Amino acid sequence: MSSLITKVRQKQIAQTIDAGNRLDGRALTDYREFTLEQGVIEKAEGSARVRLGKSEVLVGVKVATGEPFSDTPNAGVMTVNAELVPLASPSYEPGPPDENSIELARIVDRGIRESKAIDTEKLCIESGKKVFVVFVDIYVLNYDGNLIDAAALAAMGALLNTKMPNYEVVDGEVKLKQGYTPLPMKSHPITVTTGKINDKLIVDPGFEEEQVMDARISMAINDEGNICAIQKGLAGYFTPQQIIEASKLAQEKAVEMRKKLKW
Amino acid sequence: MSEKHEKLINKKGIRLDGRKADELRPLKLEVGVIPSADGSAYIEHGKNKILVGVFGPREVHPKHLSRPDRMVLKCRYHMAPFSVQERKSPAPSRREIELSKVIRESLEPALFLELYPRTGVDVFVEVLQADGGTRCASITAAALALADSGLPMRDLVVACAAGKVEDSIVLDLYDAEDKLGDADVPVAYMPNLNAVTLLQMDGILSPEEFEKAVNMAMDGCKQIYPLQKEALKTKYLKVKEETKDEEIEE
Amino acid sequence: MEEEKQTMPTYFEAKQLVTPGELLAEGEYHAGENTYVETGKIFASRIGLVDLDNKKVNVVALRAFYMPKVGDVIIGSVKEVGFNGWTIDIKAPYDALLRASDVLSRPFKPQNDELCQVLDQGDLIVAKIASYDRAHDPQLTVGEPGLGKITRGQLMQVTPTKIPRVIGRKGSMISMIKQETNCQIILGVNGLILVTGKDQENEDLAMKAIRKIEEESHTTGLTDRITQLLKEEKAKREEQKQ
Repeated sequence: MSSLITKVRQKQIAQTIDAGNRLDGRALTDYREFTLEQGVIEKAEGSARVRLGKSEVLVGVKVATGEPFSDTPNAGVMTVNAELVPLASPSYEPGPPDENSIELARIVDRGIRESKAIDTEKLCIESGKKVFVVFVDIYVLNYDGNLIDAAALAAMGALLNTKMPNYEVVDGEVKLKQGYTPLPMKSHPITVTTGKINDKLIVDPGFEEEQVMDARISMAINDEGNICAIQKGLAGYFTPQQIIEASKLAQEKAVEMRKKLKW
Repeated sequence: MSEKHEKLINKKGIRLDGRKADELRPLKLEVGVIPSADGSAYIEHGKNKILVGVFGPREVHPKHLSRPDRMVLKCRYHMAPFSVQERKSPAPSRREIELSKVIRESLEPALFLELYPRTGVDVFVEVLQADGGTRCASITAAALALADSGLPMRDLVVACAAGKVEDSIVLDLYDAEDKLGDADVPVAYMPNLNAVTLLQMDGILSPEEFEKAVNMAMDGCKQIYPLQKEALKTKYLKVKEETKDEEIEE
Repeated sequence: MEEEKQTMPTYFEAKQLVTPGELLAEGEYHAGENTYVETGKIFASRIGLVDLDNKKVNVVALRAFYMPKVGDVIIGSVKEVGFNGWTIDIKAPYDALLRASDVLSRPFKPQNDELCQVLDQGDLIVAKIASYDRAHDPQLTVGEPGLGKITRGQLMQVTPTKIPRVIGRKGSMISMIKQETNCQIILGVNGLILVTGKDQENEDLAMKAIRKIEEESHTTGLTDRITQLLKEEKAKREEQKQ
């Protein structure tokens, strides 16, 4: 990845951060401006587009019926998939999901699942036999850094926008009825990623910063300010003190974002 | 869960498998167990049984993955089909692909990647039996296998999880606690450099509980570290002891 | 002495077995082989025996692999026959190249010269590292006396860091083995050793001695034990013959 920007630029970024500033004028702990649009794809049961800096992520939600897992017969099923679409960056290539897109999907999945954002018990149609399955598909449309937060936000935005078909069970068969009900939601996790460059922590790393970043840590924070998922990434490390600092930053930023989103 | 499960921790604070809250499962570590690998190690951590083999540094295949300025570390975490209750398909799952990545990233900070440009090292992790905490046990064994291969390292990487079970923060969750508990926090750590190289979490923890869990996991790492060093030394001390015996006989 | 120790601490005893990451010293010491410096402290980077040489902290690694150095004499095997040279496996992270022109000592003509008739896959050579850097694979030369294709003998591999112990102080160990077994022994710095004797019995004996050195390289009184081993084995053989 480091070949995406020149060595001179890498050095410049690192030195600026060392001095406590960032090249785009942000303070080390500033989050970029973001927008969330919901209902952008009419054919999907739910959808949302997030722009974070120039990063752009579209999430579509499809709802279908299927079988529950044997160990959770009364719970609906959610699956998250991520596509790093080749048009989003010169470094993305067509093909089956690589480890980066799998990791992205699993981080988003964990934030939603562990915070119990979806009330999956309400998605049960017939215990052990039939439940609603919620497919969350993440489409990265432009890569400008911090896809984890953008994708997590877009996924939540899309789920909050999702409408499930009304139904009735006739002789064991599910029959769709007129009208829709919103997907039952219980919690609104917000994921905040902190990067480490030259031993300094920065919130919401941009594209160029990610090219010199030693390590990152993403934390999903729920409505009560508790932590519900964490993922450290990249080949660097954090000291225990930096981890506590990152968790405080994540909580602060989640509060700010929650206010803006009115979640 | 439709049926209420048995209490995982009793009134005296003792867990179902007999451990106290901050107690590790029994550990057994062995180095140099696969003669044809450049480095290898075996770990039994509770009922987890995991083998790790290391090859390299060597030419990178496929070639386009090779980097002009550094060595490439590749890691494959794989579970044997018979390692869990229900047969696991041998094809790599999404979970295994993610774990391969985070295990690799937990080991990379320990290596001097820049010393061996254009080469690659492969770390193959085979989970023969899984009982919760396999990623941590894999990292502990993989660090030993890397050291055994002769690659220079900044420190050994040692890993251990802590989590929340029935309102208590406990160390080193086994399968039942992991599945029925409220949270799991795996941590990998380089004790001499005070560096955390892997941190994940699922479940819900308050910031205070989280801090407690991370500290407990690091304490677990610090308990495993001497065993890890001992296992590495044992392979090389064996000869020394044998020759000593010989001398006495004479 | 006491005062000096306090200002510049070391954290080991001589010949102590250390593991990667172990703190060895801080202060005015220099980081020697198989160590590294972080925030002014010297740590071990490989499993090995630590030693102080003046102010230099060294770890004699018990496990390491060969890294090419210009001028090293090594033993390698032909991995691939290319169209203007050979790829040689030298038991290092990098394969080495041997150019056809170096072997033929005249301009190489692809239309006339059949390279596999000169050196074929699996052939062994003794060669010298002619060039090598971070960006380029090592290049070999065989254009010096004692270098070239190996036609007989037995090959064995030891950890490259053990080669100095096989050589012994001023070559004492290796000359003793050569003398006792009547074998020619070529030591590749890369850990490959070629043993050539009158018969296989002698070769086996020499190899047994070298294997023992490798296993017990970190112990004292090794030369005596090897001499003893060779004498005993030879006596045993004499008995059997009678």
